[in-house]
Amino acid sequence: MIPLQAVYRRELMSYFSTPLAYVFIFVFLVLAGALTFYFGNFFEREQADMAPFFSFHPWLYLFLVPAVSMRIWAEERKSGTIELLLTLPVSRPAAVVAKFLAAWTFTGIALAATFPLWVTVNYLGEPDNGVILAGYLGSWLMAGAFLAIGVCMSALTSSQVVAFVLSAAACLVFVLAGYSLVLDAFKAWTGQTFIDVIASLSFLTHFNGISRGVLDLGDLLFFVSTIVAWLSIAIFIVEIKQSR
Amino acid sequence: MIEIAHLCKRFGSLTAVDELSLSVGPGEVLGFLGPNGAGKSTTMKVVTGYLRPTSGSVTVLGHDIETETLQAQSLIGYLPEGAPSYDEMTPRGFLEFVARVRGYDARTSQDRMARVVGLMSLEAVLDQRIETLSKGFKRRVGLAQALIHDPRVLILDEPTDGLDPNQKHQVRELIRGLSRDKIVIISTHILEEVAAVCTRAAIIAEGRLVSDCTPSELERQSRYHGAVTLRLSSTEIIDRVGDGLRTLTDVAEIEISSDLMAVTVFPSAGVDDLLHAVTDHARESNLTVAGIYREKGRMDEVFRRLTAGGAP
Repeated sequence: MIPLQAVYRRELMSYFSTPLAYVFIFVFLVLAGALTFYFGNFFEREQADMAPFFSFHPWLYLFLVPAVSMRIWAEERKSGTIELLLTLPVSRPAAVVAKFLAAWTFTGIALAATFPLWVTVNYLGEPDNGVILAGYLGSWLMAGAFLAIGVCMSALTSSQVVAFVLSAAACLVFVLAGYSLVLDAFKAWTGQTFIDVIASLSFLTHFNGISRGVLDLGDLLFFVSTIVAWLSIAIFIVEIKQSR
Repeated sequence: MIEIAHLCKRFGSLTAVDELSLSVGPGEVLGFLGPNGAGKSTTMKVVTGYLRPTSGSVTVLGHDIETETLQAQSLIGYLPEGAPSYDEMTPRGFLEFVARVRGYDARTSQDRMARVVGLMSLEAVLDQRIETLSKGFKRRVGLAQALIHDPRVLILDEPTDGLDPNQKHQVRELIRGLSRDKIVIISTHILEEVAAVCTRAAIIAEGRLVSDCTPSELERQSRYHGAVTLRLSSTEIIDRVGDGLRTLTDVAEIEISSDLMAVTVFPSAGVDDLLHAVTDHARESNLTVAGIYREKGRMDEVFRRLTAGGAP
């Protein structure tokens, strides 16, 4: 447990010792705010909830989360520190998980920094805070799923740009998995059962339920298992890259 | 004991390490020599558990590097090539991180850190970002990291690369001063370093072990071993001196180097001591001599011969 904690601590602190953390949190807050107020008609709706705020999260995460995850392994490969890290007595699965947890904590911090909006809603009306809490939880879980994809892509390459593009593309597929844009591409060469499977992998479908305050066990399990699956692939990639 | 047995490492069609077998015991300082690309770094990467071997095995103090990776790794201190470290951290943060990963609690980490910081004279830069440090300091941070747990096995990939002569001297003193029960492997292409710190020299070329002996045995393989060199104070008489020396009995061959103002005399087979004959000759011919000495052998010549791919 100790080595994992040490790697986790180092990773989390490294976000805040570079401008990355501050730039990310600033951009996230500005965009989340702008989208909520201008496109989400936050005031005009005259409803005391945060649905407009959460509804944009999948699209925000689509390019902001890969910007966080792209460096996680690519930078270690580029600078050679991966050799240092993997020759310390820390197992590869522990290293992958520690790095993921640090990044996930970081996105949690960014998400928590949107609390003034929650204060505003409570000031203006009497929202159902349970629904809002569910929204935050769902959003954070979804961020974790995006991150796990990003960690996996970052492990593939030593170029952060390549990692970013691959992650954003993979995330887009998952966000849109329920839409005809993605489904039509598969329809040509696969059966209905497989189409249904792909449709069920859509982040949007699973997130919409949670953001409306419906904490469905299926949706929670979906995000958790997505995280576990992609991290397992990431562990496999880190292992295989060293044994080629 | 580190035992490397029939180690092979291939990257696609490239064979980086080919059937390498070697064992290093406590108290030995093994100099790992070879031209660039010979497989030195790859071997070290396999021994430290960073890369998996294609075939063959490595055990570190009884722990197989593939099946007991973490146990083996906790016994090893490793300085990777180029001494990579996290640029955005300070040496304090970095060394503390390494100590914590190695399982020390907060208090012990501080003690461990204080020891290596003193050893590597890092006090002045402890709170500066690593990216702002000079190459020499970065290397010392890397060495400090490798030494933090006082490891029984120390593997250093080009530890003095990029250091100035004073720092090189300091690092060599440090390696020499390590306690007798440690296993040390250092890779280098600086031959003087081998003579200075190593008890044993292993030369590899194209992934194969081509020589494994003590540095002095290596020198003895040189054709210069036992030859006598006479340094003159001017080049004018050098050819005449050469002709004079050639006529001595027991002289097989001479070599004249105008640049160094020196004549090297090679003994015939079976002749041990040529020094007296040459000294006597110089005295009898009233030569003004700047220096006269018996060669121990030239490692660079042996190194070239062993690694150039020609017949040994």
